[in-house]
Amino acid sequence: MITFDNVNKRYESGQDALVRVSLDIERGDMVFLTGHSGAGKSTLLKLLTAIERPTRGSILVAGQNLNRLRNGQVPYYRRNLGIVFQNHQLLFDRSVFENVALPLSVAGCSKREVGRRVRAALDKVGLLHKEKHNPIVLSGGEQQRVGIARAVVNKPAILVADEPTGNLDPQLSAEIMQLFADFNAVGVTVMVASHDLELIARMKRRVLTLQAGQLIYDGIPSREPAYS
Amino acid sequence: MNQRIHNSPRATRTAQRPPAERGPGAVAARTSLGDRWHSWLGHHREMAGESLRRFFATPLASGMTALVIAIALALPAALQLGLVNFQRAVAGWDGQPQISVFLHKDVRDSVVQSFADELRAKPLVADVTYISPDDALAEFQQSSGLADALTGLDSNPLPAVLLVRPRNTASADLEALAQQLRDSALTDSVVLDMAWVQRLAQLTELGRRLSAGLALLLALGVLLVVVNTIRLHIENRREEILVVKLVGATDAFVRRPFLYSGLCYGFFGGLLAWLLVAAGAALLSGPVAGLSASYGSGYTLHGPGISYLLGLTAGAALLGLLGAWVAVARHIKAIEPR
Ligand SMILES: Nc1ncnc2c1ncn2[C@@H]1O[C@H](COP(=O)(O)OP(=O)(O)OP(=O)(O)O)[C@@H](O)[C@H]1O
Ligand SMILES: [Mg+2]
Repeated sequence: MITFDNVNKRYESGQDALVRVSLDIERGDMVFLTGHSGAGKSTLLKLLTAIERPTRGSILVAGQNLNRLRNGQVPYYRRNLGIVFQNHQLLFDRSVFENVALPLSVAGCSKREVGRRVRAALDKVGLLHKEKHNPIVLSGGEQQRVGIARAVVNKPAILVADEPTGNLDPQLSAEIMQLFADFNAVGVTVMVASHDLELIARMKRRVLTLQAGQLIYDGIPSREPAYS
Repeated sequence: MNQRIHNSPRATRTAQRPPAERGPGAVAARTSLGDRWHSWLGHHREMAGESLRRFFATPLASGMTALVIAIALALPAALQLGLVNFQRAVAGWDGQPQISVFLHKDVRDSVVQSFADELRAKPLVADVTYISPDDALAEFQQSSGLADALTGLDSNPLPAVLLVRPRNTASADLEALAQQLRDSALTDSVVLDMAWVQRLAQLTELGRRLSAGLALLLALGVLLVVVNTIRLHIENRREEILVVKLVGATDAFVRRPFLYSGLCYGFFGGLLAWLLVAAGAALLSGPVAGLSASYGSGYTLHGPGISYLLGLTAGAALLGLLGAWVAVARHIKAIEPR
């Protein structure tokens, strides 16, 4: 589903954020991306979402080579991804419903379809009863769930999340991760970048570890953390 | 990546088709063309409505911008209207050049008559009107209101006048004719009314060019006002632009609300400009009617009619759209998720 082939990313500043990264993710996989701060996790997800372009190497997503994606095609490509990024969060000048509906109105869905799909997505994250609220009155965990509902409302084949549990307490973090696992269970390919090694270990999923832009580990960690 | 889950999420798992088989058209094919057309139209209608709502949501700020546009457009429009009125008012005047030949006072009436006949025979002359001193006095008494003062005079002070209408209005021919008339022994002086006609035409032309130049300059001003206003709108909605781009909004989708906003500013600016000009015309119509009555003319001021309303609103809306387009082209490209 997702293939990185010898991908390099050097920012204009001269910073090498990714160095010769190769990886392969099957359809329906759930993969965690870890590494120290500055290791290149966000950069990898930005390449995947066509926010940045690789300096060298190629990226294939569902058979499509992102290097050959023209700028005008990028929006259509993104409509098939669910993206949960920490910055670019919810818009506080509109309701939860309208926030979640954004990807659908962008794609030109009919009104009836929008209502049905938004409620389905909000139901999945357990926030159907808050659809009319302004997201500003929601808690951090609820806001994150609205963000996830917005990411999945389009029924994407791939869900990409960068530090989705960033500021949440362990219990909420676990709930959010479980939500991703639920989407994965129904066939969505999920890729989550996270610092939370403890939580990741408990999920028993495939983990990719980056260090200074290089992929240094790729596998399912066998050991549980000693204290869990 | 064009793989999608169509019905239930499980469909993806069971779909065994190699992903490479699906081309970039898969997304577009998902919804029928008719549906897309409807949603496109729907989005336009929605954006038009939203831009109106946004315009009236901040009535003071929007009104101020519209008023700036209105004032900038009202100036050249008023000048243009004034010009049209001026031209209409002087249209009653004879546009034909005319040569007034004032004769010596001691020339007898019969001599004048034969001189007039002689002139009529000239190829350069179309027509000659003879105004005898008595006729001239009567007319003068009537139009000047000095009848009482003039009746007190013992002799008529006015000379006989021949009004010569030339057949040819080329200025060389006119000058030649005027010279011939001047050379005649009967002639005291010759006045070529051509000068007035020319002056009037030149004055009108001057006014026309002035208003055109002013219109051009102020249209540019309006454009800049709209560009700046829309730039601020874009800046204010930066977060929203980033988010919708991240969820797959095309540039056209992002541009649309701003283009409608520009259209809105232009339209209301144009409407206000028309109201300003109409109000100005209404204020001036009283004095103008009085003035023209004092000149013995029944001329009344023509206000800006429906053509001005259409021209101003459509023109200003177009300017607004253009300004928004400039702002959008310059600033939306720069707002990309990072
Ligand atoms: N837009 C940019 N321009 C220049 N350098 C950048 C840019 N974005 C990231 N970098 C650099 O690239 C490297 C990798 O950054 P990246 O954001 O991918 O790290 P990360 O693993 O996501 O870190 P964190 O856990 O702190 O989010 C860092 O050294 C960073 O300074
Ligand atoms: Mg990061």
